[in-house]
Amino acid sequence: MLKDLFGKQKYVTVKRTKEKTKNKDEDNSLWTKCRDCEEIIFNKKLIENLMVCPKCGYHFRLTAWDRLHITVDEDSFKEFGKNIKSRDILDFPGYQEKYEEARVKTGLQEAIICGEAAICGYPVVIAIMDFNFLGGSMGLAVGEKITLAMEKAINTGKPLIIFCTAGGARMQEGMVSLMQMAKTSAAIKRLNKAGVLFITVMTDPTSGGVTASFASLADIIISEPGALIAFAGPRVIKQTINASLPEGFQRAEFLLEHGMIDMVVERKNLKDKLSIILKVHAAGVSNDA
Amino acid sequence: MMPNNILEFEKPLIELQEKIKELQQFMQEKDLDIGDEIMRLKNRAHKLEQEIYNSIKPWQILQIARHQERPNTGDYINLIFDDYIELHGDRLYGDDQALIGGIGLIEGKPVTIIGNQKGKSTRENLQRNFGMAHPEGYRKALRLMKQAEKFNRPVVSLVNTPGAYPGIEAEERGQAVAIAENLLEMSDLAVPIIVIIIGEGGSGGAIGIGLGDKVMMMEYSYYSVSTPEACAAILWKDSSKAPEAAEAMSITAPDLLKLGIVDKIIKEPRGGAHKNHGKAASMLKKEILHSINELSSLHREELLQRRYDKYRKIGSFTDKFNNAQSS
Repeated sequence: MLKDLFGKQKYVTVKRTKEKTKNKDEDNSLWTKCRDCEEIIFNKKLIENLMVCPKCGYHFRLTAWDRLHITVDEDSFKEFGKNIKSRDILDFPGYQEKYEEARVKTGLQEAIICGEAAICGYPVVIAIMDFNFLGGSMGLAVGEKITLAMEKAINTGKPLIIFCTAGGARMQEGMVSLMQMAKTSAAIKRLNKAGVLFITVMTDPTSGGVTASFASLADIIISEPGALIAFAGPRVIKQTINASLPEGFQRAEFLLEHGMIDMVVERKNLKDKLSIILKVHAAGVSNDA
Repeated sequence: MMPNNILEFEKPLIELQEKIKELQQFMQEKDLDIGDEIMRLKNRAHKLEQEIYNSIKPWQILQIARHQERPNTGDYINLIFDDYIELHGDRLYGDDQALIGGIGLIEGKPVTIIGNQKGKSTRENLQRNFGMAHPEGYRKALRLMKQAEKFNRPVVSLVNTPGAYPGIEAEERGQAVAIAENLLEMSDLAVPIIVIIIGEGGSGGAIGIGLGDKVMMMEYSYYSVSTPEACAAILWKDSSKAPEAAEAMSITAPDLLKLGIVDKIIKEPRGGAHKNHGKAASMLKKEILHSINELSSLHREELLQRRYDKYRKIGSFTDKFNNAQSS
């Protein structure tokens, strides 16, 4: 079933290979080299396997739309806020060009899509970030859309699920980006008071201001195997302490071990796991509310 | 003799001022009449001073903000608050020397004070981790803020950090979640929160104690999404372009006032607070008192609604500028 949904998204592999023109091996629409074990995988096989390496289990990054398609029920998605765009608030050198480039490359308006949908029949508000759009960075539009998603969840009472991926705050929007951390966190306080379930799925990579705000404030935090989850990125830390980092540092399993997340779930089980959480949650929500 | 810690761009001025001092001494010793010459030089120094500080660049402001002799949180606490008692520990892991806090009086009114603490010497900086807190620092700050809420005391937060510490233990103990939880709780803390960026406002490490009802910046402080050095390295692969990045990022008090990120600029003595700690502290004290009086008159609900709206509106105006409408 998932395979069928995925089949619709023909551009999955095309996009992936386009990004990787640096590597000749991958510049081929028939097969892809695993970034981890370097196994050559037929793209058809890779797509069937939800973009997870069949040999080593490496979870490739997904575009927001691909993530949506493998997560929500068919035809259940109703997008909102899709025309909200950032703007070059600081007149930052090169930002407009990069922004346009990202829009053309990804077909997205911003680094996130938001909407209402259903997962195994359970209604949710869902927001999905996309790393291909300027590193998933949070500027004013991402912050605004996340806050809108929270407000939608508060108003409808539907659980909120956010798939996170980000390099951090969007540098080109300066302090306006940093303030989105405060804005989204304040909205979560209201979400909590309204008793709305909030789940984040931290996908590879989630770091910086996103990890240090809404992504870490969920009732339940899930991650995919091997996802990098950090406040400061490994390169920054390495530079600061001038020493090598321990094996597996800042990977999902490491965070689980240190009590920072609730579970690490393989992609193929993620939808089921979400639906069980939603089921348990729904059983506690009175029908006459 | 030239004083220590001169910033490059102030050198011509300091040199001239030293020259004037020398001449004055010389005139006294030798009983010479060179008063006219000294007056001329003084005028020139005055003009030069105006030229330098009236056209000061963001990168130069950043240097003043990082100045070794700039008053730190501890200095301001001593100069502004009476009967200050430092409180320690997060009750979870440890006591972070890079982020301090306690209780004290300002004009007889009790307040809770928190702030990043940098050292004055290399030795103290090692102890204070150069003002870069670990999660336990943020958690101590939250504990003290919750205590302030319990006793209905305003919180004064003095921000002065290059950033939250990027290290292995900090990550292991949840740097991200510590900052996130502070944002969550500060957004709804039922007492006034007054934030002043006194020196460096470094990214997540700053906002981790920087959400408040009134956010002010000292004249020669900066507040930034990342250090200009990091920004230049990431975007332009060249950290030596940091001065350009500082320019592009809008990190100074006037820029951020214009953007609506901060509410007020607190004047400093000419050239920076390090030139006159006492005067800088009295200017800061006046603004803290004013803010406490202003905010204390608000009812709890009004205070919290205003605080929410203050942050909610940052970035909620997207459609105005790019003809897009939220659907």
